[in-house]
Amino acid sequence: MTTIAATHDGGDHASHHEETFVSKYIFPTDHKRIAMQYLMTGLVMFAVGGFMAYVFRMQLAYPGASVPLFGEVDAATYNALITNHATIMIFWVAMPMLIAAFGNYLIPLMIGADDMVFPRLNRLSYQIFFISTIILMVAWLVPGGAFGGSWTSYPPLSSRGEFNGTPIGAPMWVLAVALEIVAFLLGGINFMATTMNSRAPGMKMMDIPIVVWFINIAVLLFMFSVGPLVAGAVLLLLDQTVGTSFYVPTGGGDPVIFQHLFWFFGHPEVYVILIPELGIVAEIITTFARKKIFGYRIIIWTMIVTGILSLVVWAHHQFIAGIDPRMAVIFSITTIMISIPLALIYMLLIATLYGGSIEFKVPMLWAMGMMTEFLVGGLTGIYLGSSAIDIYMHDNTFVMAHFHYTLMPVVFFGGWAGITFWFPKFFGRMLNETLGKIHFWGSTISFNFIFIPLFFLGMSGQQRKIFDYSAFPDINTAAHQDLRVFATTAFLVFIAFQFVFVFNFFKSMMSGPVAGNNPWNSNTLDWQCPSPPPHGNFAELPTVYRGPYEYSVPGRESDFWPQNEPA
Amino acid sequence: MAFQAPVATDRCNTGISTGKLAIWILLASEIVIFGGLVAVYLLLRLHEGAAWGAEAAHTNVVAGAINTFILLTSSFFIVLAHQAAEQDDRKKAVKFMYLTLLCALGFLVVKAYEYTYEISHGYTWFRSNFWGFYYTATFIHASHVIAGGIAIFIAAQGVKVGYHMNRVEVCGIYWHFVDLVWIFLFPLLYIAK
Repeated sequence: MTTIAATHDGGDHASHHEETFVSKYIFPTDHKRIAMQYLMTGLVMFAVGGFMAYVFRMQLAYPGASVPLFGEVDAATYNALITNHATIMIFWVAMPMLIAAFGNYLIPLMIGADDMVFPRLNRLSYQIFFISTIILMVAWLVPGGAFGGSWTSYPPLSSRGEFNGTPIGAPMWVLAVALEIVAFLLGGINFMATTMNSRAPGMKMMDIPIVVWFINIAVLLFMFSVGPLVAGAVLLLLDQTVGTSFYVPTGGGDPVIFQHLFWFFGHPEVYVILIPELGIVAEIITTFARKKIFGYRIIIWTMIVTGILSLVVWAHHQFIAGIDPRMAVIFSITTIMISIPLALIYMLLIATLYGGSIEFKVPMLWAMGMMTEFLVGGLTGIYLGSSAIDIYMHDNTFVMAHFHYTLMPVVFFGGWAGITFWFPKFFGRMLNETLGKIHFWGSTISFNFIFIPLFFLGMSGQQRKIFDYSAFPDINTAAHQDLRVFATTAFLVFIAFQFVFVFNFFKSMMSGPVAGNNPWNSNTLDWQCPSPPPHGNFAELPTVYRGPYEYSVPGRESDFWPQNEPA
Repeated sequence: MAFQAPVATDRCNTGISTGKLAIWILLASEIVIFGGLVAVYLLLRLHEGAAWGAEAAHTNVVAGAINTFILLTSSFFIVLAHQAAEQDDRKKAVKFMYLTLLCALGFLVVKAYEYTYEISHGYTWFRSNFWGFYYTATFIHASHVIAGGIAIFIAAQGVKVGYHMNRVEVCGIYWHFVDLVWIFLFPLLYIAK
């Protein structure tokens, strides 16, 4: 409120740029505030999605018991919970936090610009995203409840209210996801136009920090993969609301068409989330190893190849959908082939570490954690990529554990690597290292204890997406139930450790040690402006003289060499 | 509060103005969306076989051909508007932009006539997947015609006073795309039986 008063006392509005409370925090056009809006929405939705996971994990460990803070779970609610957990974690946590928040925050700073090229388009992007969030959450309150047909929303289950029991919830879910996609397409246009056109004088394409490259590759991949799904979602929405039969076999439609459209997007989407994270990890590794990144150009080209390959692997999600076995062989080959470029990137990042003066600060721990845990996800993926094994594994919790071993390292480990690394820039203060380490080790250990049991349960035949296993005596033995309780307990421990982070986050934001411009002695332009950066970012827009990774250059006194420092 | 464009908007590393660059990126994403739509068309058609063609025989080829002609003419007008804007002839540019809008309106009138005729003769959205697809695809395309028309109208108001003359070209690029989508839809929906 004081801000409003100050503005009104300010007098001459025409002569200089005054910001009111509303223009500053509710409808900002500044890329950093929009990034913070995305980040905070993402963190809140992370808690919401986590709570849903808590409810259904409790139901699996103690079937039929009343879950504290929620109550008893019935089958329809269980379905809605798993559907919305997945939808939220992918579309309302991973996308806004990893791409929208970091993209908005870092792109203008790292390329030495004062803002995005289209600040008002950027604002519109967040507003659409916010509306989509509301639609998704309000769906819980409508008659029939929220959509429960899984995040893949396969028709014909998803396309008729009488099949899924959520005649209003299902179209609302599709609408929310569609609006979210629109928001990120608008944001993506902005990201790409900004990176292509607004770099600081002297910054060539090969002087752009890897994370900015990767965010742009991810945006491009998103754009190319999501289009068919947008078209497919329109048809699904019409099936649900108007009553057409594009995907309903009784009306002459074909449900497998939707599966193709969905997975043509759904698989690259994993890479859309992964690629920016690997960029963040690369920035952190090179900074904390005090060493120039190994093979900058190769990393970028390899990632472009990975992106292209990821567009031709989608049908490995459909091995059990009755697709032609000859097609399954082709998709097995491309799926397993994609591990080659990713392995190359891993090797290059490890080569960056080799011989460096490594400091294990909290962001570095998260980055290393991301690489280590993601390896488990990647290697189990090679088994699943083979169609013969996949037919057994696909609908049990092995695939679920595999998926969480890819997405959790990417979203959670990678996300927290980014948050802890750029926290000093966001708020001008340092996070507490000890609390950060407690949070890291507590989360890492409990995370593994959640999902390792699910690999074993899956191999023993535990089907996923089942509300209560008591109807299946084969997989409802005491040994099975013990593992379920074990995983759920590990998850409760995991949740408990998140409160350490919440405390650290707010405590450090208010009273942490002042960070200064460049606490990690980094080279990139984001660290060469005040923390937090003012409106317009740089007092004087920088000029770039060299690449972003000139660490420990022989013959120089300091071990870093900012991009904008004249030779 | 008056909005001040940042320095970033006027930078030009690629040599292509930011607005033009952004519209190309937008079109790239639109192409994939319509690409998906055409893919659905192909898959549904393969799935349904001869039944699809029998339904498709009832579309009005003459109306479709007239609309193709109208849209191609409108693209020609927007090119003339761009040429006039380059020569800084505001009056002429606005005139050709309004002629483009007139064509857009003509297109929508013909389309509305077709819809009315078809619906009143029982060829509704629910009749078969061909008609479902026909209405969906043409409706999405028509919404692009309307959006492009609104954009051209807004740009024309600026052009009158010499504000943002580059918008003529940006609108023009978008308009050509709208035209091009129709060039795909016309044979798929009207000619292929």
